[in-house]
Amino acid sequence: MKMTKKMREALTGYALVSPWIIGFILFMAYPIYYSTYLSFHKVTISANGIVTEYIKGDNYKYAFLSDPEFIEKLLLFIKTAVGMIPIIIVFSMLVALLINQPIRMKGLFRAIFFLPVVITSGEVVNELFSQGATAIPLVEKYGIIEIIKDNLSPAWSSPIISLIQQLILILWFSGVQILIFLAGLQKVNKQVYEAASIDGASPWVSFWKVTLPAIKPFIAVNMIYTTVDLFTNSFSDVITMIKDNMFNLTTGFGYATALAWIYFGVIFVFLCLILLLFRNNDDVNVRPRRRRA
Amino acid sequence: MEPTAKLEKVKFGQAKLQKTALFAIYNRIKRIAFGRQGNDGLVFKLFVYALLISVGFVYLYPILYLVSQSFKSLNDLLDPTVLWIPQKLYFENFVQAWHVLNYMDTFWNSVLNSVVPAIGQTVSCAVVGYGLAKFRFPGKSIIFGLMMITFIVPAQVVMIPLYLMFNDYHMLGSSLPFIIPTIFGQGIKGVLFILIYMQFFRTIPTSLEEAAQMDGAGFIRTFFTVILPISTPAIVVVMLFSTVWHWNETYLTSLYLGDSMTTLPLMLKTFNDSFSKLYGGGAAVGGKHQNINESIRMAGTLLIVLPLLILYLFAQKRFVEVVDKTGITGE
Repeated sequence: MKMTKKMREALTGYALVSPWIIGFILFMAYPIYYSTYLSFHKVTISANGIVTEYIKGDNYKYAFLSDPEFIEKLLLFIKTAVGMIPIIIVFSMLVALLINQPIRMKGLFRAIFFLPVVITSGEVVNELFSQGATAIPLVEKYGIIEIIKDNLSPAWSSPIISLIQQLILILWFSGVQILIFLAGLQKVNKQVYEAASIDGASPWVSFWKVTLPAIKPFIAVNMIYTTVDLFTNSFSDVITMIKDNMFNLTTGFGYATALAWIYFGVIFVFLCLILLLFRNNDDVNVRPRRRRA
Repeated sequence: MEPTAKLEKVKFGQAKLQKTALFAIYNRIKRIAFGRQGNDGLVFKLFVYALLISVGFVYLYPILYLVSQSFKSLNDLLDPTVLWIPQKLYFENFVQAWHVLNYMDTFWNSVLNSVVPAIGQTVSCAVVGYGLAKFRFPGKSIIFGLMMITFIVPAQVVMIPLYLMFNDYHMLGSSLPFIIPTIFGQGIKGVLFILIYMQFFRTIPTSLEEAAQMDGAGFIRTFFTVILPISTPAIVVVMLFSTVWHWNETYLTSLYLGDSMTTLPLMLKTFNDSFSKLYGGGAAVGGKHQNINESIRMAGTLLIVLPLLILYLFAQKRFVEVVDKTGITGE
């Protein structure tokens, strides 16, 4: 049989992608199905293996209505994340802009800013955190925390305080984001800047009119990455809770999977909101504006 | 014309000259200070450097703290006048931490659990990325969508079924639960690596492959002899990221490995217990009784991050260069 060129190309493509497809089925699709299945069951481990008992939505009901900790932890985490994401985005954009300047020792500075990518492991950072190496001494000195505590209700002051206390941690989480922004900045056509400066635009103006619209898609990418990163790293109390429940005799795997799915739902809503936000903004701002002669 | 008027004129001319000279100097200073376009002047430069240095310091602060603290002897630690620089370098902390961590064994475990999976990901993700970047086939967008989903689904959702699955295959307690998924382009952040490769391969002009094919190379040969050799930057980035992320993973490692194997970051969790088992507590042997202090913990932490720091030191130049040249993300 003679194959057309198109068919051959498609077959080669499939062949190359097939490892991933197999991996997806084995390590993703089936586990996803199975974890949904488990989340509607009470799972007990006996000598003969795993025994499941169908209990409808009881696991979910328990998570929302009876579990004393889950909702509280989830809400606190969401609040912290809402605070952290903009800080990480703004900060990483700032750093990317700075190291994109024509400066001396560019390599050294870049090396410093990407360093956290290498070290940020849960245990090591926890250790540093517990030794007080991640708090900025200035914050403690001027009693900023007390001011916040006095002026805000506890529901909002506690996430803000934890934000301040973890400031270095937040900065450390922006390594990959800086990388993404830097890549974005380098894709901006240099001639546009020249044209803007000939037209008399100051750097300030050309940042808002040229740079920002150009890296807007990268902001979206970064927000998505940051969200996923924040929610899935081991600092999350919710994740610790899921893990604790796995080996908890009274709740077990079934309940832990239910929690994981609720958590996934929250992340999904978050990502949808981000996408929605950026779709709207795109329509308004990115459309090229005609400059008046 | 009267001479006085002439004099006036000359004076006026001189004043004007002086004024223009002054103005020129002023302009020159202004240009040096603020630059022609506003972002190449001295003031702006100084501002940028000041920002870079201060932010850089904040970044390095924990590491500086780590290094300084780990060289302190107990006396220095208790002495409030010793802030950053210890009175003398005290290496005993490292010796003790080395023994507590059982360093060489744990180190090799860590390597096994990070470098081997990283090799798996570097190879498999390259193949998949190549397929997605250069070939057209129906269903590509579906595969793409599925990839995005796997990126978003938190590991915790699939963790329990995977745990049960690896348990069924008696793979728990070994490195296999980390290595096998990476062969299939899965594993920690596998999708991200596929995307990095994809973006990179897209920047390679098709004419290069066509030329190779003209010369009679099949697509496998083209991939290995033409594409891969010029893809070193992408390979370095993926390899570095993958190694680092696997190395730092404590959450899944503790789950999959259980008690049978331990990695360096995992050891930090049980550092205190191991220390008292070895040096302190009630069973003091031969006057070796000693209490753990911050410095020893910090020395241990430093020993744990040290291999990564060294790796970064070597890969860093390549790494920064890659970012500069290709831009690892998409359009």
